[in-house]
Amino acid sequence: MKTKRPAIPYIGWMLVFTIVPLVMVIYYAFTDAQGHFSLEPFQNAAVYSEVFLYSLWIALISTFICLVLAYPLAFSISRCSERSQSMIVMFLMVPMWMNFLLRIYAWVLILQNYGPLDMILNFFGVDVTLIGNSGAVIVGMVYEFLPFMILPLHTVMSKIDSSLIEAAQDLGCSGFYVFRKVVFPLSVPGIISGVTMVFVPTASTFLVAQYLGGTQFMIGDVIERVFQSDHNTGSAIAVVLMVVILGFLVFMNRFGDKEAVNG
Amino acid sequence: MKRCISMLLALLMLGCFLSLSACSSSSSDNADAEEDGEEASRGYQGEVNVYNWGEYISPGDDGTVDVIDEFEKQYHIKVNYTNFETNEELYNVLTNSNSTYDVIIPSDYMVARLREEGLLEKIDFSNIPNYKYIDERFKNMAYDPDNEYSVPYTWGFVAIGYNTEMIEEGSVTGFKDLWNADYKDDGILMFNNSRDAMAIAMQLCDPPIDPGSTSFTRDDIDRATDKLIEQKSVLKKYVMDQVFTEMEGNQSGIAPYYAGDIMTMMDNNDALTYCLPEEGSNLFNDAMCIPATCKNKENAELFINFMCEPEIAAANAEYICYGTPNTGALEYLDEEILESELFNPPDEYLDKCYAFSNIDDDIYAYMQKRFVEACSASAEVSSIEKKTVNPTAVWAVGAILLAIILATIVIIVLDIRKAVRNRGRINKL
Repeated sequence: MKTKRPAIPYIGWMLVFTIVPLVMVIYYAFTDAQGHFSLEPFQNAAVYSEVFLYSLWIALISTFICLVLAYPLAFSISRCSERSQSMIVMFLMVPMWMNFLLRIYAWVLILQNYGPLDMILNFFGVDVTLIGNSGAVIVGMVYEFLPFMILPLHTVMSKIDSSLIEAAQDLGCSGFYVFRKVVFPLSVPGIISGVTMVFVPTASTFLVAQYLGGTQFMIGDVIERVFQSDHNTGSAIAVVLMVVILGFLVFMNRFGDKEAVNG
Repeated sequence: MKRCISMLLALLMLGCFLSLSACSSSSSDNADAEEDGEEASRGYQGEVNVYNWGEYISPGDDGTVDVIDEFEKQYHIKVNYTNFETNEELYNVLTNSNSTYDVIIPSDYMVARLREEGLLEKIDFSNIPNYKYIDERFKNMAYDPDNEYSVPYTWGFVAIGYNTEMIEEGSVTGFKDLWNADYKDDGILMFNNSRDAMAIAMQLCDPPIDPGSTSFTRDDIDRATDKLIEQKSVLKKYVMDQVFTEMEGNQSGIAPYYAGDIMTMMDNNDALTYCLPEEGSNLFNDAMCIPATCKNKENAELFINFMCEPEIAAANAEYICYGTPNTGALEYLDEEILESELFNPPDEYLDKCYAFSNIDDDIYAYMQKRFVEACSASAEVSSIEKKTVNPTAVWAVGAILLAIILATIVIIVLDIRKAVRNRGRINKL
């Protein structure tokens, strides 16, 4: 019992600011404007299904790109000397010292028509619109959330003992086999927390699509807008999003357990 | 070569911007500390919390009058100044959060709504001697028939701004051009708030619906929504304050916006010009009010009175380029501004305009709901079918949800069975 005492402040915090709001959101989702039980909010929310799927799709792609970019990077960082590791990690964190909105705004300036990137491409005769489409939204998302993928991967990978890799090599493993049998299984927990930390916010974030995208909203923007006039429908969308994310988390954890057992 | 140089310059500018933004964020702590010091030396004897639209007060840069600073110097009252983007945001903050503001500046229909819901405090006009400067034309307005709750701050109307480098001057005549596919590649922008966007759509419906009406039917709103969805296939973006960067930076070709703001944009980009839409447009009025939750009523009245000083009203009008109801201010304003059609439109045009009236909560909520639906409808499918619900998408989301719930149940059952089996094994041992 004694060991639990230090956690009391956080438990109190969680009760007031996580559990209570969660219950309220669920309550709102299942009631109508008069406070009676009703499934109407979910019926109203059905209109936004397309936006919902679009957001999940964008989140999946962004997460995948983040993983592909971050995995090799995290591995090479983890093989550096300890001092340079902390330096590199610090540099990776530098963009996060800047305000979220400013970073998105910088991307607007880079990608806009007659912006630097557009002019470079025009110079080489490529005429494309870089902003106002899903591609720009994905670029923004990847930029925003890449550190959240690198950090957990790096943490896990830096704990992989180099002697394990050497042992595998000594026993005649090829490079690919070392990766498949040693590095990958040991890095699975990092992949899981990284994917979770990127997927969950990208699926629910707002403003990025408003600045970098065109007329296509993301579900976060819709929730924000709907909430201004209709708490019930807004909550219903939020509940659906929560269920999907919860399902995603359960799936990821399950996958992680199995991998850990097999590895 | 020229291209190369401009490209380099653009890159350089980007670098500057990034480093500047980095600097400004890191030095804000210092600024706070300085401010605290200044506060102590100024000896503030109170505070007033002002909640206003963005870019809606003379800020003190580029040789303009710093209105807030002047007020603080004169009365030794600290002004806490914050911004909102839409009337709806203001309404939400006032009704849902505990933040207390002393002076708010909502638009006409929102003043009416707040007044009817008892969210406004009566103003003691004996504390506002400068009220005498307010033009009779702006007293006894429908939103505050007895002049008890509000002091008019600005008036203005909606017009269209467009870029003459992309669109031939004079070819834009009215709101119908916002639906014109010829301008699609130049970038068509639209209001990102339900009231203004729906009003424009209503004017274009066939037969047109009067956006100034007090009683819309759901059918009216559905028709306007269809009109908005029709626009999506040519539309670039729904914007509010972003319109400045879009239009001033030649990113978009044409946008409806408030006339005063179009004047500001034209000052910053010579390629821009305006059009008074032939259909007529929304004539609005923003007024200073005191919310019922206010904590510093006397300071609020001091502030409102200060804003009605002719010089201050003129400075604000000059900066925000909206019409001022303050008769005293006119003599301080430049000829050039007074002559502009955007500041002082001809009476024939004003006759075509309409003011918003307060509409039923129900209908208003429905309007907002349909607007968000129009915003989130996908351009390709819906403009043809004019439907906002895509049944395939609904089924897909349903299937995903069902799969997740089933999978979770299966996983839980498996876990329980495993746990039971393990316990059995332990018991056997």
